[in-house]
Parts: sequence; C-alpha cells; structure tokens
Amino acid sequence: MLLLAIDTSANASAALLRAEGTAIEVLGSFTSTESNDHSEVLAPAIESLLATAGSVVPAAIAVGVGPGPFTGLRVGLATARTLGFVWGAPVHGVMSLDAIALDAAAQQPAGDFTVAIDARRKELYWARYDKAGVLLDGPHVTVAEELPAGPVYGAGAGLYADRLAAVGAKAEEGFESSHPGAVSLGTRALRSLAAGDPLLGTEPLYLRESDAKVPAVMKGKLL
Amino acid sequence: MSLTAPLVLGIESSCDETGVGIVRGTELLVNAVASSMEEHVRFGGVIPEIASRAHLDAFVPTLSAALKDAGVTLDEIDAIAVTSGPGLSGALMVGVSAAKALALATGKPLYAINHLVAHVGVGILDGGKLPENLGALLVSGGHTEILQVNSLTDDVRLLGATIDDAAGEAYDKVARLLGLGYPGGPVIDRIAKDGDPKAIRFPRGLTLPKFIGTAEEPGKHRHDFSFSGLKTAVARCVEQYQKRGEEVPVADIAAGFQEAVVDVITSKAVRACQEHGLTNLMLGGGVAANSRLRELLAARCASAGITLRVPPRNLCTDNGAMVAALGAQLVAGGIAPTGLGFSTDSGQPVSLVSLVA
Repeated sequence: MLLLAIDTSANASAALLRAEGTAIEVLGSFTSTESNDHSEVLAPAIESLLATAGSVVPAAIAVGVGPGPFTGLRVGLATARTLGFVWGAPVHGVMSLDAIALDAAAQQPAGDFTVAIDARRKELYWARYDKAGVLLDGPHVTVAEELPAGPVYGAGAGLYADRLAAVGAKAEEGFESSHPGAVSLGTRALRSLAAGDPLLGTEPLYLRESDAKVPAVMKGKLL
Repeated sequence: MSLTAPLVLGIESSCDETGVGIVRGTELLVNAVASSMEEHVRFGGVIPEIASRAHLDAFVPTLSAALKDAGVTLDEIDAIAVTSGPGLSGALMVGVSAAKALALATGKPLYAINHLVAHVGVGILDGGKLPENLGALLVSGGHTEILQVNSLTDDVRLLGATIDDAAGEAYDKVARLLGLGYPGGPVIDRIAKDGDPKAIRFPRGLTLPKFIGTAEEPGKHRHDFSFSGLKTAVARCVEQYQKRGEEVPVADIAAGFQEAVVDVITSKAVRACQEHGLTNLMLGGGVAANSRLRELLAARCASAGITLRVPPRNLCTDNGAMVAALGAQLVAGGIAPTGLGFSTDSGQPVSLVSLVA
C-alpha cells in the first residue's frame, strides 16, 4: 500500500512510503530546514514526491494531528484533508509525538520514557511511552518541571536540559534536536494499519484555547 | 479549457468567512459560505485564532457542498483561485494550504489573487462586463479603500485607504461602547433610524485642510480615512453622560456616529472619482449593506454624475464567488497561473492582482 505521510507540528515534513506485508519502504521524504514556511513548501514537496514515484495516487494519508504550534499544524491538516477528499483516500491521524517515540523505542530504552517538544511560551508538549513506544499518558502541555523523572527524547529535552535534570528527567543524547517527522509518523501509521490498531481522526490536538479574552465592555460594563 | 468562459473554483479565507464559489466565465454557479461569526460575538470582534480553527473545520464540507450544488466535478474545473491576501495571516494559510492541495491533487492551474480586487471583480457576476473609468469603494470590517480600476486583471491603483481602523471595525467598537453587541453595523444602522443625526456632531477624520490640500496640490491624506479618533470621541461622549448621571442617548449617538462615518466616506469617494476621471463607482464589502451609506452615496454620486453599482449583499460580503470571478478574468486575460510555491501576503497591495510564479 502506498501511503503519503505529512507532519507540520514542527518543521514541515512529508514522506511517501510503501508497505508490502510487514516490509516498509521509504520512497522519498522531505523536511523543511525552516520552522515557518509550512504553507509555502509543503505542497511543492508533496508534488515532487509524487512525481518521483511515477504520479500514482496514494491509497491512504497519515497526518500528524499535533500537538504543535497552531498555524503550522493547520497547514498539514488542511492539506491532508483536502488531498483525501480529492483522492477519495482515507486520512488517518497520528499523534505527532508518536513519531519521535518510534525512533526512541528503536534505541531500546530500559523502561518507560517521555517525548517532549517545544510548545513555546516556556512550556513543552510531552507524552509518556512504555519501552516499546506505546503511548501511556498524554499529550500534555506544561512547564519542564512537571515532566516525570527518567529519560526524555525530543527537541524539548534539549531546550530545557538543565531544568529537566533538576526534577530527575534526563535529556537523551542524540535526540536533543529531534522533531516529529513524516517518515517515522508514516511508519507508525502503516504498522498500526497492518496490526489492525485504531488510528486517530484528523481533529487537531491544540491543547490550548485561543488567547482571546472577553473585553470588559462585552460583560455589561459600559467603559 | 474555455478561455472565454472558463470554469473556475474560488476559495476565500481571509477573515471569518470560509467561502467556496464556482463560476463559468461571468456566470455564477454556486456561492457556498460558512461563517464563524457566531463564535466571535462574545468577544465583540473577530478573533484570528478562532477564525483559523473554524476555517480548517469548514473547508472540506464547504467545498463538497459547492461542487454538489453546482453539479460539477473537480475534473471539469479549468482553474482554481484562492485569496492570498490581504487578510489575517493564520486564516489565509488555511485556505491557501487547501487550495494548493486541491491544485496538486487535480493538476489544475492555481491563481493566488488579491482579496480587494476580487471585491471589484465580483461585479461581473451581476451586470456583466465592468465599465471603463471605474472606481471602487470597499468598506468592511477589515478594509476601507478607494481604488482606481484601469484593468481588473493587471492595473488597479490605490487612491485612498484608512490609516487606522476600518469603518466596520469602528462600527463594532462603538456598538461595544453602547452595549449593542456584535456585529455593530446592522444594529447601529437600525437604532440610528430612531435618532437625530444632527443632535451630536462627531469629528470627520482627515478632513482638515492640512490633510486635504487642493486638487492641484493634494495633502498627504486627501483620499485617506481615519476612524480611530471618531471612536474615541464617541467614548468620551458616552463618558460625559455617565459622569453627569444622565441617561446615554444611544439612538442619537448611533445616528451621529453613523452620519460622521458615512459623510466622510461618501464625500471622499466622490471627490476621488471626480479628480481621477472616474465616472463609474462600484461599492463592495460588508458595510455596503448599510442603508445610510447606500442612500447618501447614491445621492452624492447622482449629483456628481457618477454611475453607482452595488452588487447584491451576498456578493458584497466576503465569499468564494468573487475569488472565482476574478480568477475567471485572469484565465480569460491569458495571465499565467501562480503555481504552488507562493506565500500568503497579509498586506498584499492592490497592484498585485495575482501573484507571479
């Protein structure tokens, strides 16, 4: 099965994967070097991925549903939902931190671990996994001090290594700048599909409301 | 592809309306719009993040409904057009991302077009070809502009614009001050009918000689608008009544405020037309629904010998049909499509009718 994977929870990324039985082949992938060009680069990247594969239409789409900065996240979701509509292909949601968890689990950690990425505003998006990379708890958005003790994978760990160390959490080497990526996200989706495990819908995991405050004049005070 | 009557799908997401429209040349097939307006009511104004979230959820259902209502398939579409700006960045990005995905999955050419010029282009759907010597007055919650339209597809000039709040924004803020809710335009228009527009005279922004100058030596803001001082004047006025413990004359304030807005907009628009040889004027934007604006503009245009054209209300507010209408003109005019690599431009100038690849 040919799967297009998209994740825009951090830098824009896309990948085209083919699954035959349990074997998964990555036909091509793209990751932006910038963190603020999702709406410019994603569509051209997908176009060229499809062209290299001979312009066949993917049978399914997997998209990262966050958590991640809202504006970029929506670019991936709007793209995936629209492609799915045109192609008549199912669009599966994957929690974006699961992509890093897949790579972390491949390092054969001794036990449970945490994945954390930057949530801006001095906070982290994070989730807890068992050593096989199965989600135990999360995702959450909190300050670094609220993460559980133990190993932490992902760019969020690199960002607040000292503050995490103070609460017994340890930034894992080699993952200090890891962002969720489409290759791992797509691999995770294909494994779940093969195993018959449920995937998510495409509702974004914002984890935060909009900042808007109801102005005093709207609460009945004149001035 | 038919160059004279191309089938174009237009996408709009620059503010709080998610619009998908389909036109065949100058014929409107469908104008599907989903609005998040209700979600902004308690804030008294559009909240960009809330609007962006709503666009994401509304886009595919709106697209699907538009195709179904028009009875066309994506295969039949000749080109896709999308608003790339001006507008709210996060909101624009949802429509643009969806439009790019649509273009790449269908292989159709994509045009990134100017929202303000689309407000003019929509006139084609109501009355056909646009006249020569055309000006446009756009008045909405986000815009207050006077344009000179030499050629819809490649020569549009900005004659004047607001230097602070848009007129519709001033309506919303004043409605908030008077406890009238959101959106402010319709409710102030209604209440103003019971008030005396001459009871309280509010300031007309940028009308002093130093800003206006003369036709020969125009001042810096001859055709520009300013509404933030007016809003403050209304606030001070309300305050005075409250301080004295008197009842606030809401209807008179609404009428006086509306008269100040409409007076300055219509007089400046007519003057700009006269001084640039524009004998036709198109009105667009959500505030085009305002009864006093229509009345006074019609009267002043008539006196000045300017032919006024006002599209139906659902084509004046933000919608996808206007984007499709302008897109169809670009296709017919042989303008090259933009492609997939462009960025949204929250401040896209009217000189950029469509973005160049």
